[in-house]
Amino acid sequence: MTELKLTESLLNPADAIYSEIIPAGESWIHPIQKGQTFRIVDLEGNQAVDTLFYDARDFADRYDFQNTIRAQGKVYLTAGSKLMSSKGNCLLTITADTCGRHDTLGGACATESNQVRYALDKGHMHACRQSFLAALLQYDSGLEKRDIPNNINFFMNVPVTPEGGLTFEDGISEAGKYVEMRAERDVLGLISNCPQLNNPCNAYNPTPVQVFIWDAINV
Amino acid sequence: MSEVLFEEILSPGATWSHILKRGTALHLTDIEGGANVGAILYNADCPVERLNIPDTLKAQHIAKLTQGFVLYSDMGRILCSMTEDSLGWHDALSGCADAAAVQAKYGVARYQEYRNEFHQNARDSFLIELEKYGLGPRDLSPNLNLFSKVGVEADGALTFQPDHSPPGSFVEIRAEMNVLLILSSCPHPLDPNPKYAPRPVQLTLKRVPSPTANDACRISRPENGRGFTLTERYFL
Repeated sequence: MTELKLTESLLNPADAIYSEIIPAGESWIHPIQKGQTFRIVDLEGNQAVDTLFYDARDFADRYDFQNTIRAQGKVYLTAGSKLMSSKGNCLLTITADTCGRHDTLGGACATESNQVRYALDKGHMHACRQSFLAALLQYDSGLEKRDIPNNINFFMNVPVTPEGGLTFEDGISEAGKYVEMRAERDVLGLISNCPQLNNPCNAYNPTPVQVFIWDAINV
Repeated sequence: MSEVLFEEILSPGATWSHILKRGTALHLTDIEGGANVGAILYNADCPVERLNIPDTLKAQHIAKLTQGFVLYSDMGRILCSMTEDSLGWHDALSGCADAAAVQAKYGVARYQEYRNEFHQNARDSFLIELEKYGLGPRDLSPNLNLFSKVGVEADGALTFQPDHSPPGSFVEIRAEMNVLLILSSCPHPLDPNPKYAPRPVQLTLKRVPSPTANDACRISRPENGRGFTLTERYFL
């Protein structure tokens, strides 16, 4: 693997205006205002954090993985990556990243795709798309299943081979690694802290993550 | 044995849609070479079920499409199988250009001056066609780009392969469900050609036999065997 460039943040968690711990298998939905900085911390390491963003003023304008990878000409996300929307707007920019690589090709696990990928009798196991739907129902904003596009998997390592293969590798994240991004417009963030037990994306042991929000720094 | 039901030309830069019935297949031929065909797919009987590219890629451990692989919906079912392919690589990663990108790259070419050679873009083409089926912008899902190859370097860089599709190249997709298929022949968004040059594609709809127990797409991976089982259960 090519050497990953890591970018640290100067922000202090003590100054954050918001902090929340998201246990494995649970969802989180919360607005982030333009100029605010949003951080996700992989508290125990090797955790996949399935994440989506919507324009807070236009939910039809939402994270788009194809627009994002085409805009940067690369499939992996890291510091400098602009998270692009379906209508071609930049929703957030990744500003710090101590992990070095995040996936946006692998999508979210679902009870149905678990049956395909692992066994027909795995349909009962908890999955990210259950958490996404639960969060949308609870948020009661008119968002529904068709509003769940393909997501980002923060801290997940899904390399593409020159032959066009896709491999799910052991996580490259460790306890305390974080990724941080600045909102370029008012957005709604949606997270499923992945409950997958059937592959190494969570090292077979899903663990909690923590999120922080800082207000814009006025210099 | 297969039976040809109808043939049609997808004109350069045009849009086409059809509900592919389970038990039929669409054979696409790049007549002149250098074509690109953007494609989005939905379960015609329940369109909130639709092509899910990440589910398709991760179930089969691929970042491209070719013969022997299948297109998964978000519900663990197989919308279509890729039963024939002369190219070995069709792009599932790069998406499509919008009006702003087409204008920035190729300049303005309005209908008033250019008639039906005006510049179209796949995103708006998909949105207009979706409206005809009662579907809106929130239903526009990521697209495939048939006949195009975009590789990925070790550092993740996308590399568009020029001259990937010679004249006569073909690909065939067999419908395993009733599938709303929308096609656009607008250029690939990463095509470096500075000239707007979409190509015509021949479309041949065929009636084809049901996949057998040892169908190449069914047995290509154990995942696909389960995908066919779940798809067949849907029709019971």
